[in-house]
Amino acid sequence: MTTIATTAGGGRRTLLGNWGFLVGAGIVGFCAIVALLAPWIVPYDPFAIDLERRLVPPSFMEGGDPRNFLGTDQLGRDYFSRLIYGARISMVIGVLTVITSGVIGITLGVLGGFYGGKIDDAVVFAITTRLSIPAVLVALAVAALRGSSFMLVVLVLGLLLWDRFAVVARSTTMQIRNLDYVAAAWCAGVSRWWVLTREVLPNIATHLAVVATLEMALAILLEAALSFLGLGVPAPLPSWGLMISEAKEYMFFTPWVIIIPGAALFVLVLGVNLLGDALRDMMGTDLSR
Amino acid sequence: MLRFFLRRFAVAVLVALTVLTLAFLLTRISGDLAISIAGPNATQQDIETIREAYGLNRPLHVQYLDWLGRAVQGDFGESYFFRDRVANLIAARMPVTLTLGLVGLAIALVVSLPLGILAAVREGTWVDRAVTMVALVGQAMPSFWLGLVLMVVFGLQLAWLPISGTGSWEHFVMPGVVLAFSAIPSLTRLTRSGMIEALASDYIRTARAKGLSRLSILVKHGFRNAAIPVVSIAAVQLGFMLGGSIVIETVFALHGVGYLAWESISKNDFPVVQAVVLVLALLYIALTLLADLLNAVLDPRLRTS
Repeated sequence: MTTIATTAGGGRRTLLGNWGFLVGAGIVGFCAIVALLAPWIVPYDPFAIDLERRLVPPSFMEGGDPRNFLGTDQLGRDYFSRLIYGARISMVIGVLTVITSGVIGITLGVLGGFYGGKIDDAVVFAITTRLSIPAVLVALAVAALRGSSFMLVVLVLGLLLWDRFAVVARSTTMQIRNLDYVAAAWCAGVSRWWVLTREVLPNIATHLAVVATLEMALAILLEAALSFLGLGVPAPLPSWGLMISEAKEYMFFTPWVIIIPGAALFVLVLGVNLLGDALRDMMGTDLSR
Repeated sequence: MLRFFLRRFAVAVLVALTVLTLAFLLTRISGDLAISIAGPNATQQDIETIREAYGLNRPLHVQYLDWLGRAVQGDFGESYFFRDRVANLIAARMPVTLTLGLVGLAIALVVSLPLGILAAVREGTWVDRAVTMVALVGQAMPSFWLGLVLMVVFGLQLAWLPISGTGSWEHFVMPGVVLAFSAIPSLTRLTRSGMIEALASDYIRTARAKGLSRLSILVKHGFRNAAIPVVSIAAVQLGFMLGGSIVIETVFALHGVGYLAWESISKNDFPVVQAVVLVLALLYIALTLLADLLNAVLDPRLRTS
């Protein structure tokens, strides 16, 4: 990874960027590998119930059993195996949501920023309207009406989280649409489609990558929140949010049952955010709002 | 100024109308409402009765116009479950949600303003990096989980605060802190970048050259300019926080509007859900309008553009 320090104090930024980048990439990469290889690395079937061995503490705690590294849940399922499968759900939801919302948001944002005028007015209006809708509440209501499923969660989150993609795609497209290389492409007589896909998109891609990390982090957190409220990924799938929800009855007696999946969630989201923050620092732009 | 206000107001009204339409469509395109209300054990006869009773057998545009006409007057119909007007239910719960939102915003401001200013003054040092880290940690914290952990630590083990419920001011402390976590990262970053920009400007150099005290430069000259975007974002954040309060109110069993929506969702009480979506959206629209106006008042440059 090459980094260029351009602004004053850039040396620090680059240093912190690299540090954050390494840690963030490490966490996300680790989670991705674990998610991909889940069936081969879990010690037990994450769905296998054993009612005689319920809420066994993790092996490193008092009363723990070396057979279950992170203990067992309220139905005697191996917590470590469930946690690993949970990484799968969070990663897949995060990536699919980013793709769905990215396609919607980038299309709208680029069109608005590129054409301006009435089209841009419409895009800005769509963004304003979207922002005024309480996302969690609407996602919950749709899940309640339709019955929740994995794909529904992806679809609802994708349809709700495109706003930041649109905002950033729009403003960056506006900045470059009148630059010389775009004008040069026009003069070369290429089609509008060519200008949009070969000149505009590649040049706003790094900004969009930062948004993608932010949205992925948000999607993972929202999926967990929806599953926690019982209207996200349906049981018995081991979503981290659902694990916390199922374990919360026991949290006052055995706090580790909520600490473990929550910490996993926190670390993964922190990793994604570190990655995004490092990218943003390297570019020296500020997209926070 | 007046033209700016009128234009901004017209947009807000249009957005509100669009949201009204979406709130209506939300319950209609997501499947057959009558079947959802009737529940899984209903017979065909029950479903027909419900369709008749709630007027769901009328053409869609008639239902829409009827609903819109009432909603504009603040009449959201009657709850299927509570046997009360939806407007009454929401009005009764609104103070709790507003209190929670304001407590959360107050905590967020008390934390993020000093942090942001500190990071800007000490830009590039370990202090700055520590503040950035705090913002990143806040951003990654799952709010419902933080709520549960606080309940275990401060509610059970230390027994300082009540675990859940709505009774007294103490019930708002933990939910307020959790809600503040969602706003602290962006407010801190914004204060920091605003302060850095302000401190690098000519008027700060002039103030220094005049020999003003460091504190006076920071507060009177630096922060007053850095605060302009923060004020408007704070209003917008309040809107976001109210919209996101459903999770926190559910975790802490705080009987506000979010909790009402949660109860209504699990009971298929759609008029209430629809109305809460609408009210929260309208609050957000009003707050963003307020933010824009505040901006225009605080920063005269924006009025003309």
